[in-house]
Amino acid sequence: MQTADLSAIAADDLKLAAKIARQAGVGLDDCYQCGKCTAGCPMAHAMDLVPRQVIRALQLGQVERAVNAKGSWVCANCMVCSARCPQGVDISQLMLAVRHYGKKHGLRPEPDADKFDDAFVANIRNFGKSNEAILAAKYNLVSGHLLQDLGSVPKMLSRGMIGPKIHGVKDKKSVRAVVDRVLKDGGQQ
Amino acid sequence: MSRIGVIVCHCGSNIAATVDVEQVVQVAKTLPHVAYAADNKYTCSDQGQQAIKEAIVEHRLDRIVIGSCSPRMHELTFRKMLSQTDINPYMLEIANLREQCSWVHKNKAEGTAKAIDLIKMAVAKCDRDQPLFTMSIPVNKRALVIGGGIAGMQAALDIADAGYPVTLVEKEPSLGGKMVMLDKTFPTMDCSACICTPKMADVGSHPNITVKSLAEVEQISGYVGNFEVTIRERAKYIDYSLCTGCGLCETKCPTKTPSSFEQGLGLRKAIYKPFAQAVPGKPTIDAEHCRKLTTGKCGVCEKVCPLGAIRYDDTDKVTAETYGAIVVAIGYQLIDWGSIYGEYGGGRYADVISGLQFERLVNASGPTEGHVVRPSDGQEPKSVVIVKCVGSRDPEHGRSYCSRACCMYGAKHAHQYLDKVPDGRCYVFYMDVRTPGKGYDEFYMNTQHDGALYLRGRVSKIYQQNGKLICQGEDTLSGQQVTVEADMVVLETAMVPANDADRLGSMLGITRDKDLWLSEAHPKLRPVETNSAGIYLAGTCQGPKDIPDSVAQASAAAMKVAVLFAHDELESNAMIASSDVALCNGCGACVSICPYSAITLEEITLRENSKKVTRRISKVNPGLCQGCGACTVACRPGAMDLRGFSDEQIMREVDALCQW
Repeated sequence: MQTADLSAIAADDLKLAAKIARQAGVGLDDCYQCGKCTAGCPMAHAMDLVPRQVIRALQLGQVERAVNAKGSWVCANCMVCSARCPQGVDISQLMLAVRHYGKKHGLRPEPDADKFDDAFVANIRNFGKSNEAILAAKYNLVSGHLLQDLGSVPKMLSRGMIGPKIHGVKDKKSVRAVVDRVLKDGGQQ
Repeated sequence: MSRIGVIVCHCGSNIAATVDVEQVVQVAKTLPHVAYAADNKYTCSDQGQQAIKEAIVEHRLDRIVIGSCSPRMHELTFRKMLSQTDINPYMLEIANLREQCSWVHKNKAEGTAKAIDLIKMAVAKCDRDQPLFTMSIPVNKRALVIGGGIAGMQAALDIADAGYPVTLVEKEPSLGGKMVMLDKTFPTMDCSACICTPKMADVGSHPNITVKSLAEVEQISGYVGNFEVTIRERAKYIDYSLCTGCGLCETKCPTKTPSSFEQGLGLRKAIYKPFAQAVPGKPTIDAEHCRKLTTGKCGVCEKVCPLGAIRYDDTDKVTAETYGAIVVAIGYQLIDWGSIYGEYGGGRYADVISGLQFERLVNASGPTEGHVVRPSDGQEPKSVVIVKCVGSRDPEHGRSYCSRACCMYGAKHAHQYLDKVPDGRCYVFYMDVRTPGKGYDEFYMNTQHDGALYLRGRVSKIYQQNGKLICQGEDTLSGQQVTVEADMVVLETAMVPANDADRLGSMLGITRDKDLWLSEAHPKLRPVETNSAGIYLAGTCQGPKDIPDSVAQASAAAMKVAVLFAHDELESNAMIASSDVALCNGCGACVSICPYSAITLEEITLRENSKKVTRRISKVNPGLCQGCGACTVACRPGAMDLRGFSDEQIMREVDALCQW
C-alpha cells in the first residue's frame, strides 16, 4: 500500500477535482461513499477503481489517480448509478468528465475504449446514426483486434442487425452539425 | 383447611398451543386443598375476572392460584381483583405458564408436564399464604437535586415550578456544569451561554429553590418520602450576605493559577468567580492557592473589600435536612486520554487538545476571546485534524460504548474552525458518523460542504516533526494509508462517569453498570427511575447523552417527583423481610448484605425464661425494604423471613416438585 501525504495535496489539486466534477454538475462533497453506485454497476467487475473509488480519489484531491484508473473508461454510461444515487450525484456524467479530462491531457489508460469512442462518434457524424457493421469493422481495424466478434456475424446477419445496406438518416448534414457543435463545446472527443 | 381455587389461562393460543390446558385443570383438581379448578380463555379480561369472583363465592374459596403469564404482567391486576372480594389480595399465587413455559417449549407433552409441575408448586406455596397488609408512609414534599448542570437545573426548575421547595447541591463554585463551558450548541448553533446562563439566573432567583454551591452530599439515610441528607458546604471564605459581587477583590488579588473552567488554557486569581456570569455571582477563595491562607501574608482582598465580606476564618457548614425525593444529576467527565493514548503523545504535545479545550478556544469569552490559536505558540493553525472516538468504542484502552454526542460536536468543531479560518484545512478521522436527531445529519453534511474532509479510519499515531503534528491514519474508503501534517489536533474524547458516581451510587443504593454509569430501573419503560424508590436520574450520570436528551430526562425526572409529591402518604411494600425476635442472635449478617441499607441492629430488653435480658436484634425498616430476600439467605439462625416468600413456602414448592 502506498502512503498518501494528504498535506502535500495542493489546494490547486482540490480545485481541479472540484472543477472536473462541476463540469458533470456534481458536488464532490455530496457523495457520502455509501457505494450504491458500485453495487449496481454492470461494469464494476472490469474496473480497477470502481465508481465510488473514483469519486473518493477526487474528494481527496488525487486527480491523477482518478484519471489514470481504467474505471471511468470501462464505464458504459448506462446511468444506473445516477438513477439510484441517494444524494443525487450524477456519477455517470462524472465518469464521462474524468474520461474527457484524461483524453484532453493524453491519458488513455484503456486505449481500446478511446478508439471505440472515436469510431462511434465518427460513425454518427458520417451517417447520422450508428451503423453496426461499419462501427465493428472500423473498431477492429484501429484496435488491431481484427477477428474480434467475427463469430457473431452470422447471427447478426440472420437477425437483420447488419446487412449489405448502409443505413443512414435523410438529413445527415444537420446531425453532423449537432455532433460538431457538441465536440466544439467541449463534449467527448 | 384452606380452600384453593386454581384457574388455568389459555391466553388465547399463547399458552393453549403448547400446553394441554384441560389436562392441567384435571390434575389440579386432584391436588391437596384444591376446592375448585377451571380454565379460562382470557383470565385477565373483565369476564375472566368476574368468573373468578363468582367461583370464590360459590365454592367458598379462600385463596387463588392462577396459571397465566408472568406475575410481572398481571399479578397486580389480580390483586386488585381480589381486593374487591373478601379475600386478602396477597392470598394469590401466579404460576408462570407463558414466559417460562409455553413460549420456551415447542413440544406440547413437555410443555404440559412442566405446566403441571408449576401449578403443583404454586398450590403448595399458596396453601401457606398469609394475609399481608401495607403501611402508609408520610411524604415529605421537599426535593433534593444533586448536580447543577443543565439537567439538574432543569429538574430543579420544573419541581420548583410545580410548587415544591427544592435544594440544589452543586460541588463547583457556580451552576452551569459542562454546558456553560461550551461555545455553541449543535445543530442550531445557538450560543450555549445565551441559553444556559438565563436558566442559571432563573434557578438562582427562584423562590422555591435553595442553591448550595461548593457543596457535596455527605450522608444519606431514610427512604422514599423521608430521606435524611447531610450536606457539607465547603468554606467560601466570603460572607455571601454582605458580598455584592463587585469583583474588586478579584482584580487586586496577586495570585494567578490555571483555571479549570478554561480547561487549563487560561489563568484565574486565587479569589475568583469561575466565569463572569457565574451563579451565585460572588467569588470564593481557593484555599490551596491563596497566599493569606497558605502563608499568612497578603490579605489584599480583605483590605480592598468595601463591605468587609472577607472571612479568612470561614469553615465548612454541615447541615442535615429531610427530603421526600432525590434527583441525581451529577453529569460526566471526559476520559483522561493522556494516560491511555501514548500513541497520541500522551498529553506531551501542547497542540493536541481535547474537544472541551477547543470549546474554550473558540469561545468569545474564552482565554483567546474566540481566536483559534495554537496553545503552544499562539499562531493560527492552518490545518487541523479532528479525531473522533478517542476512548470511545475502544474496549482495550478506553470504553466499549459510543459516547453519542462526539459525532455532532466533532462536526461542529470542524464547522467552527473553517468558519474562523476560511483558508484552513480540516480533516476529520472517524469510524462511523452517527447523527440521530432532528437536523443532525443535515448539519454533518453541511460541514462536509464547508470543506471538512472526512477520512474513514482511526488515527494510529501522532508525532511531532518540524513543528508539525504528523497524523498517521488510513482512509479505508480509498484503501490508502494517509498522513496529514497538522498544526493542531482536536481529540473528541469519551464521556465517562463523574468522579463521585460510584461513591454516591453506593450511598443511594443505585446500581452501577460495568462502566459505573448509574443504572435506571428499566432501560425502556423506567428510564428515569432507579431501583431505589424516590430516587431519580437526570442527564449524563445515567449514560452519555446530548443537551436535548439531558433536558428531556430532567423534566421527566421532575415529573416523577411531582407525581410522588401529589400524594400525602405512600403505600409501603407488603412483601418485605421481618425478623423473628426469638430466633435472631444479632450477628448483623443481614445488615451488611442488605443493598438498600434497610436493616439496623437495635438493643432491646425482653423477658426470656422469666429473666430480663438485653440483647441486639435486627430490625427491618419497612419503608426501605424492597423485598429482595438477600437477608433471609444470609441469616444463619433462620430468624429473617420474607413475607409472601417464607422459607417454609419455598421448601413446600421444592417438595411439591420432587414428591407430589
